[in-house]
This record gives sequence, C-alpha cells and structure tokens, in this order.
Amino acid sequence: MSENLLFLIIIAIGVITYATRSSFIMIAGSTDKFPYFQKALRFVPVTVLPALIMPALFCHNGIPDISIGNERLVAGILAIVIAMYKKNVLLTLCAGMGSLWILQAI
Amino acid sequence: MSSPRSEFISGVKAIAPILLGVVPFATISGVTAVETGMSEIAALGMSFIIFAGAAQLAVVQLIGDYAPAMIIILTALIINLRFAMYSASVAPHFKQLPLKWKALLSYLLTDQAYAVSVVRFNDNPVSQDKHWFFLGAASALWGTWQAGTITGIFLGTRIPESWSLDFAIPLTFTALTVPAIKGQAPVTAAIAAGMASVIFIDLPYNLNIIFAAIVGITAGLLTESRNTGGENNNE
Repeated sequence: MSENLLFLIIIAIGVITYATRSSFIMIAGSTDKFPYFQKALRFVPVTVLPALIMPALFCHNGIPDISIGNERLVAGILAIVIAMYKKNVLLTLCAGMGSLWILQAI
Repeated sequence: MSSPRSEFISGVKAIAPILLGVVPFATISGVTAVETGMSEIAALGMSFIIFAGAAQLAVVQLIGDYAPAMIIILTALIINLRFAMYSASVAPHFKQLPLKWKALLSYLLTDQAYAVSVVRFNDNPVSQDKHWFFLGAASALWGTWQAGTITGIFLGTRIPESWSLDFAIPLTFTALTVPAIKGQAPVTAAIAAGMASVIFIDLPYNLNIIFAAIVGITAGLLTESRNTGGENNNE
C-alpha cells in the first residue's frame, strides 16, 4: 500500500472516529425533548462498564472459561467482592493484581 | 471547594491505576504497526489522528492482510461506534461548555476517560469544574498512550505478557463500577449486560459491547417500568 493511500485511510478513520466521539457532545441539550432517551442514557454507565469488564474475567483468548483454572476469573471475583465492601480503587487493584500473580506463579 | 486545578489533578489521580494497564497495549500497537511494514511516521500519525487502541490494532492487521481501503475504514467505524454511546452519556455534563471545550473533550473521549469521569459525575453532579476532571483524566491517558506508542514504534519495546499488566484496566473498572451500581433496575441492567457481553463474545468488531449495552438498558428500563407499574412510561 502506498504511503499516500495509507495516510488518506488514516485521516478518513480519524474524521469518522472524531464524528462518533463528538456526535452527542456537540448536540447536547437537543435530546432533552426525548425523556425516554434520557432515561435509557442513565443505564449506559452501568451496562457498558460490566460489558467491558466481564469478558476480561470470563473469557480466555476469546473463549468463555468458567473454571477454577481461569486465574483472571478467580482474581476478578475477589476484586468484585472487595469493591462491594470497600470503595477503594487501589485496594481493589492491588488485591486483584496480587492474587492474579500468585495464582499464575503456583 | 473544587477548583479547575484540583479537579484536573483529581482526574489524573483517578485514571492513574488504569495507565498501568494501558502501557503494554500502547507499546504493542506501536510495535505491530512497524512490524506490518508501516513507516514510523504513518504509525505515529495513526496514533495521534485516530487515537483509539482497538481500532488501531484492527487497522494494522487489515493493512497487513492487504484489505481494501473501504473495508479498513468501515471496520474502524464499527469498532468505534461505542464512542457515540459514551458521547451521549457524557453530553448532558458538557452542555454548558463553549464549542472549543466540546471539540477538545470529544477528541480525548476514550473507554477509560469515560469510565472514570462518568462514575465521578454521577457521584457529584453539581461541580462546576467537572470538565477539568475529564480533561485531567483524558489527557493523562492521551499522554501515556502516545508515549507508549512512540516507545513501541522507535524502540520496539514490548511489556512481557506474563506480567498481565493489562488486567489493571478491568480491575480498575471493577473498583469504579461495583459501588456505583445501586438499586434494583441498575443491578438488573448490569448483570444482563455483563452476561450478554460474554455470551456474544464471538461477535466481530467489539460489537458485543454495544449489543450488551442494548440488552442491559432494555432490562433496566423494563425493571423500572414494572416497579412503577408502568405509570410514567407512556412516552
């Protein structure tokens, strides 16, 4: 692929990506007329974040692995339990990373 | 009291644990770009102009496979569609900002900046300077991403996979998310979304994330309307 075409592709993707990022931020306020949309939006954080987290715990190389042998699942469940009781990011992070490293070492 | 400065610093601090997990991801994206035969300047341009890890990795792979330009562009679009969802979710918080701010914060919108900011905004919706929090978190992530990519491009450095540093990202998300999920409808939505994202893991282009969000939002809205007897839901 020529360098020129490559740069054209990169710029096109940059523009499109910027469009997705700026889409609703730029028109903020104009969706106020749609209360059902607003209601649905409130669920975005509580759904997107678990959707990003769960495959990282339950899937190993893109395949679901629900077993005690899945170290990330065990470490992740520990992290979830700690996060339920302590609102402390560093503690949860250290417990999760620490237990993963220990499980990988044994 | 919050000030722009203190909000900015809080943002940097909030995203700091995630940065640990971003470094290996950033270096690998630089290394693979150069290994695929992209020039250093193209790899660098991609990292600054696109600034989206998952899409960048897909683009590099498709270029390596000699895919047609249109396919490469469409793939990146689909992978980055989730940003529109984040954009909609943070938009109400940025409503009052001047266009320049909106333009800058849009460029910096990522999974990680969104995650730390939205949790904070929902906790503390009255702060006048919350855009500074977002700017702090998002620009720290941007700087780390570019530094990692540059290291990968020019030094070829990889962080050993066995260190599992990437795991810091879902762990930090967990620490932020779990305390933020309160009430029956949000809990139902979260569980439905989490399960859907695993069940649909095979969907290409990270579409399982968007699909899971739709499933979760629907579950949340249904739970809510059942609990209120459907009274306020005639829109």
